[in-house]
Amino acid sequence: MTEQDAENRIPAIEMRGISKAFGSVVANKDISLTVMPGEIHSLLGENGAGKSTLMNMLSGIYRPDSGFVFVNGEEVHFASPKDSIAMGIGMIHQHFKLVDVMSARDNIILGGGTGFFLNAKALDSRIRELSDRYGLDINPAKKVYEMSVGEKQTLEILKVLYRGARILIMDEPTAVLTPQEIDRLFAIVRNMKNEGCAVVIITHKLGEVMEISDRITVLRKGESIGTLETLRTEPNTLIEMMVGRRVDLSIRRETLPHEEPLLRLDGVTVIDKDKKAALDQVSFDVFPGEILGVAGVAGSGQKELCETIAGLQHAEKGRIFFDGANILGKSPRDIIRLGIRMGFIPEDRLGMGLVGSMDIVHNIILKEYQSQKGIVLRRGPSAEKAKRIVERLDILTPSIYTPVSRLSGGNIQKVLLGREIDSAPKVLITAYPVRGLDIGASYRIYDLLNEQKELGVGIIFVGEDLDVLLSLCDRVLVLSGGRITGLLNAATTTKEEIGYLMAGGQGAA
Amino acid sequence: MISPVRITKRDNVPPRKTAFILTISIVLALIFSGIVLLFFDLDPLKVFGTIVTGALGTPMRIEQTLIKAIPLTIASLGILVAFKMKFWNIGGEGQIMMGALCASYVALNHGDLPPSVLLPLMAAASVAGGGVWALIPAAFKAKMGTNETIFTLMMNYIIIKIVMYLQYGPWKDPASKGFPKIPSFSENAVLPDVFGLHIGWIFMIVLTIAVFLFMGYTKKGYEITVVGESLDTARYAGMNVPVIIMVAMFISGGLLGFVGFVQASAIEKTLTWGLSSNYGFTAIITCWLARLNAITTLFVCLAFALLLQGASYIQLSMNVSSSIADVVQGVILFFVLGSDFFLRYKVKWVGLKNAVEARVYHD
Repeated sequence: MTEQDAENRIPAIEMRGISKAFGSVVANKDISLTVMPGEIHSLLGENGAGKSTLMNMLSGIYRPDSGFVFVNGEEVHFASPKDSIAMGIGMIHQHFKLVDVMSARDNIILGGGTGFFLNAKALDSRIRELSDRYGLDINPAKKVYEMSVGEKQTLEILKVLYRGARILIMDEPTAVLTPQEIDRLFAIVRNMKNEGCAVVIITHKLGEVMEISDRITVLRKGESIGTLETLRTEPNTLIEMMVGRRVDLSIRRETLPHEEPLLRLDGVTVIDKDKKAALDQVSFDVFPGEILGVAGVAGSGQKELCETIAGLQHAEKGRIFFDGANILGKSPRDIIRLGIRMGFIPEDRLGMGLVGSMDIVHNIILKEYQSQKGIVLRRGPSAEKAKRIVERLDILTPSIYTPVSRLSGGNIQKVLLGREIDSAPKVLITAYPVRGLDIGASYRIYDLLNEQKELGVGIIFVGEDLDVLLSLCDRVLVLSGGRITGLLNAATTTKEEIGYLMAGGQGAA
Repeated sequence: MISPVRITKRDNVPPRKTAFILTISIVLALIFSGIVLLFFDLDPLKVFGTIVTGALGTPMRIEQTLIKAIPLTIASLGILVAFKMKFWNIGGEGQIMMGALCASYVALNHGDLPPSVLLPLMAAASVAGGGVWALIPAAFKAKMGTNETIFTLMMNYIIIKIVMYLQYGPWKDPASKGFPKIPSFSENAVLPDVFGLHIGWIFMIVLTIAVFLFMGYTKKGYEITVVGESLDTARYAGMNVPVIIMVAMFISGGLLGFVGFVQASAIEKTLTWGLSSNYGFTAIITCWLARLNAITTLFVCLAFALLLQGASYIQLSMNVSSSIADVVQGVILFFVLGSDFFLRYKVKWVGLKNAVEARVYHD
């Protein structure tokens, strides 16, 4: 937009002095936000900063406690998402709201309030017209369950455009995409900008923010810290605004000499409920003192890989050698009884790794009590251990007898990691250990993993942020559809190469 | 949905607030059931007074109240063990009946054994019977993932009908001149009195402490709690989940079966198909009200027995139909159980103007 234009143009969205509280928790406090037509605006902030709450008020899911919302200069009071859609606002949620067994076309008209009879031809031509205009590549007859994640997202975008959206809100749109799919998404978003649409992207990924947006609004703890022009800012400033202090963003990586592998997987195959191979002939080694990264689009077999090694998942065939002995087919109970020192940080912390309603001591007991003799549960040693872990990892908690679900995400993760590290494991499996953590806590976790690496622990790190995988890990294993598509040296490979392999392309191992 | 109230989860409720909310709910219950009583031309104050005097007025009535508290408490302890594991055992009635049936089988066939042998045998038979009756749905749940709610409920009807068949058929007392009744136990098979009340009250106290210690201070109790919180966590920690489910359910059913023994031996002195008197269902309410704490369960059951005894007394003394007594009991229960919601959630009136979607926010 030219400057002259900007002066007499009306903002697509203007939110003024918006506040919203849930009980005693203030999610948004006096936030103002202006988005012009033809602008890509990033809403940046850590988890719990209030980004989604703010946008849910714009899409009619919540109503603000106080403040004003203007759309195209007109004050609006949304009572439901329907009102918001009627004003041309469309929201793409993180979890797609599509009907799997229906075609793209059926999903588009679903709930759209069309007449009783369908005019398939007119519909298709409208879909084609929209697709051409915005560069969306969708086959209207394709069923959703046959689509890739990227296609599903494109369909979601098409769906809101079909309903006449000129203002698009996207909640963490890149979380589930490969780098190539992200490029395609950004091309679509730029087309929308050129067509004069306003786009708001909710995210916490800095690189993307810098690449795509025109302006950035940073939220922290429910308050707006400021709005910046992307061209006149740099990542470090943004991080300071997000976190509230300076953060050292370097990750240490030391290369240690390799000896015999600690863990060796040989042709491990896992068949899932749908009789499909969740893991297909997976073979690799983990050496002492290395961090082996595992990259892949969500659902490529990462969960099965971790759980198979930990003994939680039944494998069809293959062998897993731990210190030379085959442990495949052993249950977690056997593994504990055999004295195999393996730590596992599962993806679902409160649903698998810990019991949310129990305190730190009772969560420490979880891994201890099996080796206690007799029928009485002894808390003493575990309470000592809990104190030690709280102290060593600086866990912020009122006491060791506070239910862990009351702690913040970062502290919950520290309890889990602390417990697993405390048993001096030889192999440590970590699945998305920094998911949902703020930047400071994430870096603390990386440091702790590096400490373990220096102690000679072999670490498997399943991650989603490729930048982190590349700077933290020694080698990166790429999974696609349950197969290993590449095993790369992290120091020499690139994000693009990993992205290519994540999408299934075969590469030199 | 637009609602003029806002509901949020409470973190910690100070004891004084708990007492306040409970008092309010009981007062409301009394007012409301008073209105109901007025509809039937009854004097509410007199009815309430009679409930209290009916339950506590004379040593005899106190004894009756305690006689109701004993089976209710032990049954609640059994239900508690299952519920702690989130295994919804609503087959308490059937497990009580099975326990009573097994104890009766021993009593009727070996009535000449001395009490010191016969009574422990009957107790063991009842625990085994109730335990096995609960083990069947547990095994199906552990191995095949069946729904325990329906399963345990159906098991009730099976055993009640079996006992009914025995009572009207093969086990009918030939000396009863055609009246459908199972013969009475010999003196040897009847539980003795201790301080004027049958020995069940000692069992009640001992079992309360035992269950309290078992759930809080043993490895098995810990395992049961973890399985109840999250199956994935239990598997992750290397617990043998099917075995834990079956052990817990054997204990649960065993305690309920023991109730059958106590009732058959000390109260009925025979087996009847109505012996469980709904204790298996009432126990669900009491152990839930006690928030699955064994010690609290004892006190909740004592209060509940008072209500049960008082209600049955007003039927006799005021010539009130039993359904009216049930209505009063239901209203009181409704309010006390309802107060639980206000203890867990905070409800704020914000008015229609500021109405928002009713949504429970978990922080």
